[in-house]
Amino acid sequence: MMSFDKKETSALTFLVLLGLLAPTLFPSYRIQFSELWLFMVYASTWNIQGGKMGYNTFGNIMFFGLGMYICASTQIAYSFPLAEWTEAGGVKTFVHTVEQYFIGLPLGLVLAAIIPTIVAAFLGYFILGLRGHYFAICTLGIGIASGELATSMTIWGGGQGMTVPIWPKVDGQDVEFLGGSVNFFYTLSFILFLCTYFFLRWLFSTRFGLILTAIRDNEDKAEAMGVPTMRYKVSGWMVSAFFMGIAGAIFGNINGYIEPTEVAFAGATVGIYMVLMAILGGKGTLWGPILGAFIFQLFKEFFWTYFLGWQRVALGLLIVLIVVFFPEGIMGWLRREKPEWFGEIVDKKARLAQVTIKTND
Amino acid sequence: MTKILEVKSVFKYFGGVKANEDISLNIEQGSIVGLIGPNGSGKTTLFNSIVGTHPIDKGSILFEGQELSTKLVHEIAKMGLLRTFQQTKIYGQMSCMMNMKISKKVEDNFSRMFDQIPKELDDQAEQILAFVGLYEKRNLRAGELSFGQQKLLELAMALMNEPKMLMLDEPTAGINPTLINGIIDRLIKINDKYKITLFVIEHNMRVVMNLAQRIFCMAHGRLLAEGSPNEIKNDKRVIDAYLGAH
Repeated sequence: MMSFDKKETSALTFLVLLGLLAPTLFPSYRIQFSELWLFMVYASTWNIQGGKMGYNTFGNIMFFGLGMYICASTQIAYSFPLAEWTEAGGVKTFVHTVEQYFIGLPLGLVLAAIIPTIVAAFLGYFILGLRGHYFAICTLGIGIASGELATSMTIWGGGQGMTVPIWPKVDGQDVEFLGGSVNFFYTLSFILFLCTYFFLRWLFSTRFGLILTAIRDNEDKAEAMGVPTMRYKVSGWMVSAFFMGIAGAIFGNINGYIEPTEVAFAGATVGIYMVLMAILGGKGTLWGPILGAFIFQLFKEFFWTYFLGWQRVALGLLIVLIVVFFPEGIMGWLRREKPEWFGEIVDKKARLAQVTIKTND
Repeated sequence: MTKILEVKSVFKYFGGVKANEDISLNIEQGSIVGLIGPNGSGKTTLFNSIVGTHPIDKGSILFEGQELSTKLVHEIAKMGLLRTFQQTKIYGQMSCMMNMKISKKVEDNFSRMFDQIPKELDDQAEQILAFVGLYEKRNLRAGELSFGQQKLLELAMALMNEPKMLMLDEPTAGINPTLINGIIDRLIKINDKYKITLFVIEHNMRVVMNLAQRIFCMAHGRLLAEGSPNEIKNDKRVIDAYLGAH
């Protein structure tokens, strides 16, 4: 059922080699590479709604932020009272033992996956009945509202935010487990990307994936043909929430500090980037968001490093270029130029063939 | 003959517009029934009321004895009552074959939602596409088809779903006149071979008179007349409605 063609195999091989070698080849860019793998997860899961299903969401950032807060709170609360931790604001020092850290973290990751998924299920039933712009505006509101809500949560440090437990030490030395903090979260990010990729690859090959496309093309028709579209839409959002929750949990640990509107529920940055990456690469395709994330991260790091101060201008320019030259993204453009790469048979004869129905057979 | 569909004094108002007023009609299993009437007489609204697109204000609709007016669109479709649209609705970005394959009826429960599309569906999809004359177009994107071809594709998709009753909203509108005889022939075969009851909105009088065994005529949201094609053809009220005397 799952056949890899040559192009896909080489692209995947490249990414896997990059993933394995990057920490050794570019040790000072490990955080940027971790971010790259996470970017691919953001864009690929946004693509389930925005690309496959035709529901432009700005609300997926909520699952990201939620996962981040839930994971960090669990990591802390497993060993210390959460309220004391956030109140202390760095004055009082809490130190996790190795055991506390490595039990709290997996627990946090699991909860950061499960709770956003449940939230997506409930919320989805209420708002996935909205269509088009109404859905987009509603999710935009939800993204902003969740940031504001987090600001008022004193247990999470309110607007000041909270710190995430630091990598445990033994005798003043960082624990060497999987190469220490940076390598460890790099590895988690990379594994998360691979899991997301293989899961979505399978998902898009099933009836589920095709129904999502059918919903995008004509939801009324799908309903009229007996498809309970709501069930598919909600399940799709749950998948996004699951992976976004874990991504948030990992990013919180990489960042070391969580703040409601700039880090966790960062609708104005990460929330927009994920859309941009998916559109740049080509929404609705499996590889588009991955390609988009790759280009975007290169672009972002280049401008943020060498032209600091101009990065917003450059970002604006990138948006204009995408809209003017690649409205369907790079994959969409390729699909138009080289349809045979995508297994689409472009038969001139078939296109021109006259439709006839013989009445005597 | 048993009744497959019973519409009992259905009312549907849109604000002050009385789109359907006190409509009652019965359709017998295995028959071909036509629905005619001037533009804006409420035919499509009646179709929408039956398949659950919007709630009705009053009345009752029974399909094989089961009440439809409280059910959702996809539940009604799953019961075997399908409709096609006046403005074609197809999945434009997918190939015709894909359009066909996902039209197959599947119980969309959790264990079946994530199935692969079975290979065996290819044959069935190809056969049905050949039946409506679209075999050569099967690998094209559905959005590339002309309006008339999309109408045929919609019909094929409906057949793929194996309904008990099919409601067609103007199946020949926008179709090349040379194809219309072919379509009439196919609709009769569908009815005869697959035992699918047909309920057809049609403006083309030649088509509806050749196709239907029984015809209902609507005007101004009300049921004006019913009868055999000959009775309808000679009914003064029907002629007046079409010429605007009503």
